[in-house]
Amino acid sequence: MKWVPKHLDRLFEALLEHLYLVFSSVGIALVISLIVGIWAARRPRSFAAIVIFTGILFAVPSLALFALLIPIMGIGAAPAITGLAAYSLMILIRNIGMGFQAIPRDILEAADGMGYGTARRIWEVELPLAMPYIVGGLRIAMVTVIGIATVAAYINAGGLGVIIFEGIDQRFPEKIIAGGLLTSFLALFADYCFASFEKLLRRRSGGKVA
Amino acid sequence: MIVIDAFSWIFNNSGTFFNAFNRHLLMCVLSLGIAFVIAVPLGFVVARSPRASFVVVNIAGALRSIPSLAILSATMPFLGIGLLPSVIALIVLAVPPLLLNTIIGIREIDASVIDAADGMGMSAGQMLWEIELPLAVPAILSGVRTSAIQVIGGAALASFIGGGGLGDFINAGIAIMNMPRLLVGAVPIALLAIFAELAFGALERLFTQRR
Repeated sequence: MKWVPKHLDRLFEALLEHLYLVFSSVGIALVISLIVGIWAARRPRSFAAIVIFTGILFAVPSLALFALLIPIMGIGAAPAITGLAAYSLMILIRNIGMGFQAIPRDILEAADGMGYGTARRIWEVELPLAMPYIVGGLRIAMVTVIGIATVAAYINAGGLGVIIFEGIDQRFPEKIIAGGLLTSFLALFADYCFASFEKLLRRRSGGKVA
Repeated sequence: MIVIDAFSWIFNNSGTFFNAFNRHLLMCVLSLGIAFVIAVPLGFVVARSPRASFVVVNIAGALRSIPSLAILSATMPFLGIGLLPSVIALIVLAVPPLLLNTIIGIREIDASVIDAADGMGMSAGQMLWEIELPLAVPAILSGVRTSAIQVIGGAALASFIGGGGLGDFINAGIAIMNMPRLLVGAVPIALLAIFAELAFGALERLFTQRR
C-alpha cells in the first residue's frame, strides 16, 4: 500500500468519471425503456419478441460490443455510453414490462371507470404500482453497468478501468487491486441502496403488487 | 467495405484465425468444465444446510460484484501471464452463477417429493441420483448458460493478460486502428456468445418440459 495513499485524488477523479459513465448510460436507457416498456407491456406478442431479442443482445460480451461500435462511433465516451446504455436497456425494458403486466386488471378497469384518460392512468395509477419493479430493474442495471464500465476504459472512456489497465501495463498489482476493489465496492453499495429502496417501495404498496 | 475486408483477412490468414479461435474455445471449455466439477457438487453439499448455503450464497454474490476485468488482471501478479492465469480467472468467473443456480434448483424441489421418496425407503444416494439431480437439472442448466456467457466474454479480456484468443484481434485492431481486424475478433466472439445463449436456452427448455 504505497501508491493508493499518495494518489487518492487520482482515484477520486476516476471514480467520478466512472459514475458519469454509469449514470448517463443508465439514465438514457431508463427514458427509452420507460417508453418502450410501457408500450410493449400491453402487447404480449411484441413484448415476447423484445424479451427474446434483448436476451440475445445481452449475451454479446462487452469488449466485442464496444469493438463493434468503434467503426461507427470511433473511440471515447460516446461508444462507451451507447454500449453501456444498450446493456441497461435490455434489463430495464424487461423489468418495466413485467411491472406493468403485474398490475391487476380490476385496478385498471376501476381507473377507467373513474374516467381516467390513458396518460393520467399511467402516471397516477400504473407507474406508482410498477415502481418496485422499475427500481429492481435499475438495481440490476446499475450493478451490471458498474462492472462493465471498467472495460470501457480500454476505448478511452475513462473511469476506474483506467487504473486497472495501468496496473496491467505497468505490472503494478496495487493499482489492479485498488481499481478492482473500488469498482466492486461501488457495485455492492449501489446494490445495497437500490435493494433498500425496493423493499421500502414494496412495503408501501402494501404487497398488493409483488 | 470493412466487413468484406475482415472476411478476406480471415481467408488469407486462416491459420492465425483458427489458432486464436481454438484457443478461445479451449479456454472456455476448460474453465467451464472445471467450474462445473467444482460448483455443482459443492452446491449439492451446501444446499442441505441453511447456514452453509447462506454463507456460500453471500460469498458467491460478492464475487459476482467484482468486474471480470479485475478478476482476470488480479491473477497476473500471482500467476504471471498466459493460458494458466486466464483459465484460473475464468473458473473464478464461472463458479458463482453455477453454484447459485444449483442451490436454487435444489431448494425449489417440493418438500413433499423428498418426503415421499423418504417414505418409499430410498437411500440418500438413490434420492440424489433419482430425485434431486434430475429435478435440479433445469436450474443447473440455467447456471451453465450464465457461466458460459460470462466465460466467453471473459476470455475476450484474457488477451490483456496474454491468454490469447479472439480478443487478440480486437487488441491489435484498436492498437493500429484497423477496423477489419477489429471485426475479425469482435464478430466471432459475439456469435459464439449468442450461440451459447441460444443452445443452452434450448437445452434448458427441453429439460423443463420433460419435468
